[in-house]
Amino acid sequence: MKIADKETKAVDLVRRALERAKASDDYHVFISLNEANALERAKNIDAKIERGEKVGKLAGVPFALKDNYLSPEGNTTAAAKMLEDFQAPVTATAVAKLEAEGAIMIGRTNLDAYAHGGSTENSYFGPTSNAFDKTRVAGGSSGGSAVAVALDIVPFALGSDTGGSIRQPASYNGVVGVKPTYGAVSRYGVVAMASSTDTMGCFAKNAEDANLVMSIIAGQDVKDSTTLKDYWTRDLEDARPKRKTIGLIKDTLGKGIDPEVSKVVRDYADKLKKSGYEVKEIEMPILKYALAIYYIVVPAEVASNLNRYDGIRYGHRSSEANDLDEIYQKTRNEGFMPENKRRIMIGNFVLSSGFYDAYYLKAQKARTLLIQAYNKAFEEFDALLCPVAPRPAFKIGENTDDPLQMYMEDILTVPPSLAGLPAMSIPAGKSKTGLPINIQLVGPRQSDQMLLNIAAELENR
Amino acid sequence: MDDYKITVGIECHVQLNTNTKLFSGVDNDAVDKEPNSCVSPLDYALPGMLPVLNKAAVEKCIRAGLAMNCKINLVSRFDRKHYHYPDLPKGYQISQFYQPIVGAGVVHLPDGTDVKIDHAHLEEDAGKLMHFDNYSLVDLNRAGTPLLEIVTDLPGMSSAAQARLYCEELHRLMIYANATNGDLYQGNMRFDVNISVSNTDKLGTRTEIKNLNSFRSVERVVEYEAKRQIALLKKGEKVIQETRGWNDATGKTTTQRSKENAADYRYMPEPDIPPVVLEQSYVDRIAASMPMMPADYRSKFDILNLDESEREAIINYSVLAKRLAEACDKNIKLSPRIAHWFSSTLLTEENQDKNFSLATADELIELSDMVEKKELSSTAAKEVLMEMYDKKNTSKTPHQLAKEMNLLQENDENALSAIIDEVLMMPECAKAADDVRNGEMKAIGFLVGQVMKKSKGKANPASVNELIKNKLS
Repeated sequence: MKIADKETKAVDLVRRALERAKASDDYHVFISLNEANALERAKNIDAKIERGEKVGKLAGVPFALKDNYLSPEGNTTAAAKMLEDFQAPVTATAVAKLEAEGAIMIGRTNLDAYAHGGSTENSYFGPTSNAFDKTRVAGGSSGGSAVAVALDIVPFALGSDTGGSIRQPASYNGVVGVKPTYGAVSRYGVVAMASSTDTMGCFAKNAEDANLVMSIIAGQDVKDSTTLKDYWTRDLEDARPKRKTIGLIKDTLGKGIDPEVSKVVRDYADKLKKSGYEVKEIEMPILKYALAIYYIVVPAEVASNLNRYDGIRYGHRSSEANDLDEIYQKTRNEGFMPENKRRIMIGNFVLSSGFYDAYYLKAQKARTLLIQAYNKAFEEFDALLCPVAPRPAFKIGENTDDPLQMYMEDILTVPPSLAGLPAMSIPAGKSKTGLPINIQLVGPRQSDQMLLNIAAELENR
Repeated sequence: MDDYKITVGIECHVQLNTNTKLFSGVDNDAVDKEPNSCVSPLDYALPGMLPVLNKAAVEKCIRAGLAMNCKINLVSRFDRKHYHYPDLPKGYQISQFYQPIVGAGVVHLPDGTDVKIDHAHLEEDAGKLMHFDNYSLVDLNRAGTPLLEIVTDLPGMSSAAQARLYCEELHRLMIYANATNGDLYQGNMRFDVNISVSNTDKLGTRTEIKNLNSFRSVERVVEYEAKRQIALLKKGEKVIQETRGWNDATGKTTTQRSKENAADYRYMPEPDIPPVVLEQSYVDRIAASMPMMPADYRSKFDILNLDESEREAIINYSVLAKRLAEACDKNIKLSPRIAHWFSSTLLTEENQDKNFSLATADELIELSDMVEKKELSSTAAKEVLMEMYDKKNTSKTPHQLAKEMNLLQENDENALSAIIDEVLMMPECAKAADDVRNGEMKAIGFLVGQVMKKSKGKANPASVNELIKNKLS
């Protein structure tokens, strides 16, 4: 990625990004562009360089921001009617850290409203197209950010990943997608989806760039009590795996997985072997329960986190309401998308008195078993290899009437989310029709850099 | 009341007097502040805002728990309690449903009875609504204030008087523990009262009256509800399990919400706050820093033989109880007088704004000793006492004050003798002196009075009396 210096003007980097963003209008990548603020920031950086002052590690580098990160520059909509006019008074920690290093937010990208979805079709502002086929979905929920990087509008973009929302669109668009260890990056200032699995990560063109961005946004934050002590501190080449052992998860390569996807994963395994890795198949039968666990735990937290959107203090309020109950009912009915409502209903159901033990509590127990299964696997392997998504990007509209089929697309990305593990979505091949297919590398908690080290090593082969 | 047994359970919400709110770092003192001026983006429940637990609130909980002889749970967790109301910005209250910080304990009441505590949990307060003709406004200043909810266990309390006594003692304990400012008018402590009656071994159906903010209303509510329920049962009717509202003006409770429409709070572990894990050594350090509690003072003051009302009046003010206890340690004989001074002289309406910590135990002992040694009359001592609670006099000893105020009694025999001789020489005293000489002792009062006048009140009347007798015998 190009950093501004005496020769490379920040203003030129930002202008070029804005031009490309506008030229890609038909993909519907952005909800809003941040043109005036971005150019202003770029000019300031150029002036600093001119004066010989110190500038940050990402001086003048334009980036795209998933529109669920709070920043006073423009509205933070979360692609929801509920927040269409919401301007945040504060800046998300991750954004503040990037801006402190001179990175410049040029626009806010499209997503499924409140990050609920895997295609960006649930956006109140309409879907984003795939970078490789406009009739196909961008993936989601961070679809806009993935496409912004794939179309070379920006060298990196921020996304959020609760159950695959970075990894899956990264795969659909053939870019690197980083879902870090839970707690690696502060959640402060990001519209919450499911608090116990929400992670903040990025899209980039290669593992090295992704590592640089993550090393800046990661770290302990007093504003988020679930953040881990700083650990994203090494140079990438110092994060080599010790044993060079990789587990190929056999359960993820069979029924229900597109053979083209399986082939890309097996090819990647071969590449690893050629690079001196020992690759062995491992069975993890518990993975088949992950989706069931996920769609109990996550909707519960989603329903809870969405309770605050009540039309009282900010955001949409129904103009049709005549009393307090109607303010709640009509505001929420008008402000939420069907998928939001679906998750609120599931979540409220599984938490309701009399059902809590049977659903939520049981799911949390199963989640513990899942974590234990991963821990056991990591006794033998540095990392686990599996697909990101069962198939390449599907057609826009193909799954919209079948929410369960839509949930199935998450089957390979939700297990690491439930376990809080780092998982990388790494470009590895293409389908016969030219659609990108990524592989997924999953490691123990805080092994993020080691996973990127493996990816970087194989990028060059 | 006849053969019906009354059972009362109380949930008390205590606003903790931390500097900042429970999770937002914003000023916790909303008294006299503009509406919505103590509000952060978190209190306003903006998207993406996360709670950060205030350590001071945890310490206050531990102090409160220790004051109630409770087990302190080394691991506790927060949960979300969901409901929609405009004073609850997040649409859920962060509370502790499954694993509270304070476990079981017991509160000892001044009458010697005990009330068991089931647990106490830490949670955030809601905001306040202000209702107008056709609209309502929300003030979120109070939203996020730390609350400790203290829940009694069975058998609970068995009378209105005991319920009141419990609330009063809890109030004392919380103030002693410095967990709250304890201002009931400001809602620092609010009581939810559960009442049931039964003439069998089984508990009766209970009703709940929420949000009472005075001891008197707690007592009146229990009296009224017990009577109402017993009357219902005697008529063969049933008590309905419900929340009832208390009207202080009419002295009656009325139906508010029956259990059938009770909310399902959909409790869920709070994922934004890690479990609170305490070291035993930390709890021990707090325990070591706890002051003496009312029950400790009660046993300590046993030896002084005080009236119960006198004793409790003093214990209501922890600083006075502390002074008295210190005085007892220094000189038990001189201490009852100090206790009487506190209860009869200091604790009057007009002294409410005095700083009761100004006089030290040593000074109080010195003052008591001066009376004991007849250097000061008891009336004069009270004058000196009041001066000791004036800030400008903090550097002066009681003796210095008494001297400045010209209140020291003259006990020097030579000096007194000289004054007496002068008085006896006065023509107007000749008749009285003769009477005394002739054994008419009634007349001595007149002479003593004259000496007192001449000494400007400083003479010790008893000594004068003796000296005159000797001179005229």
